[in-house]
Amino acid sequence: MERIQPESVALADMKAAELRLRAQLLQGMEGDAQAYQAFLKGLSAHLRAFLRRRLSTLPDDIEDLVQDILLAVHNQRHTYRSDQPLTAWVNAMARYKLIDLLRSRSGRETLHDPIDDDMALFATNDHEAADARRDLTKLLQQLPDNQRLPIVHTKLEGLSVTEAAAVTGMSESAIKVGVHRGMKALAVLMNLSMRHTT
Amino acid sequence: MKTDDFIAMLATGAEPVQPNVPERRLAKAMALSLPVAFVIMLDFGIRPDLLQVLGNPMLWVKFAFPGMVGVISLLLVLRLARPGMDTGHLAAGLAAPALAMSLLAVVALANAAPPDRAALVLGTTWQVCTANIALIGVPVFIGSFWALKGLAPTRLALAGSCAGLLAGAAGAFVYAIHCPELDAPFLLVWNGLGMLVPAALGAALGPRLLRW
Repeated sequence: MERIQPESVALADMKAAELRLRAQLLQGMEGDAQAYQAFLKGLSAHLRAFLRRRLSTLPDDIEDLVQDILLAVHNQRHTYRSDQPLTAWVNAMARYKLIDLLRSRSGRETLHDPIDDDMALFATNDHEAADARRDLTKLLQQLPDNQRLPIVHTKLEGLSVTEAAAVTGMSESAIKVGVHRGMKALAVLMNLSMRHTT
Repeated sequence: MKTDDFIAMLATGAEPVQPNVPERRLAKAMALSLPVAFVIMLDFGIRPDLLQVLGNPMLWVKFAFPGMVGVISLLLVLRLARPGMDTGHLAAGLAAPALAMSLLAVVALANAAPPDRAALVLGTTWQVCTANIALIGVPVFIGSFWALKGLAPTRLALAGSCAGLLAGAAGAFVYAIHCPELDAPFLLVWNGLGMLVPAALGAALGPRLLRW
């Protein structure tokens, strides 16, 4: 929910959000899955509110784009430098994905305002997660087995890499590579599916 | 799929991330591509009088010009590979080697008798210099694009042009071991073009090849 706040309070909130999310991301990058999940959840609320303001004529696309950006953040988290403001890093990716979508739908919506106000991203929250329109299970089916199986076993069924290797007969490194490549391939498929929905 | 379920999927089994991936990826690209560039240069041959000209300051200018451009463009590629990093003072830093080289070229031309000036610009190899530099830069071009492809540039034309500039600078640096020219006007024009052509190519290819 968006709330109108006095400016100083809003600014303090944004700084607090930046610090909290950044700490969670850094813990996540060290392998703390719980902190990482909290980071993605907190970030998704900011992204949702942020996109709601900017995609007012494409409301059905908001949740899809939130997931697109979350996957981009996930796939590109190795490019985050801990001395960099988290807002700047996330904002650049959100803007990249938003412009990409608007360009593919050019004529349907133009960019209202340049989105270069980094801090604004963490200014508002929207925790009402909706369903994305696209069917992720169907997209997963399109991946080759050596990517799909590692993702299904480790990310949907929650098996460890060792267990997934045992179940599939693949090596542990093949499981890790399959997840890594598969998530990138999934980002491409998600992107394509957004362009083709009307 | 609900976003909360999607988030759970992303977080489940998320492996720790190694530090400094962009730096290591670019270092790997350079370590693999520079030797190939060197081998292409060997096919042209090392200039036979290399040892004799070691004392000539212009030889070192000839290495320093692309060397500086190369180091700055390498740092630019590294910054542009990370979302939300500005180019800082690096872009302006590129002006330093260009200005210094221009100054040397102007001085050399001013000091030469008018009939000799054309020779200072054209040397004996102007027809092949730019193309040879670009050719020697091809492995580095491929390497730096490969490095960027695994990272997350958001300004694709700019990132592509810096990768191309890096390739051109590497090409000019390595080609200097072969090329017999030592006059500043020649180096400014043809080595400069040898760096700018791959940069322009990189700017054109970036938006196509670097999307993610």
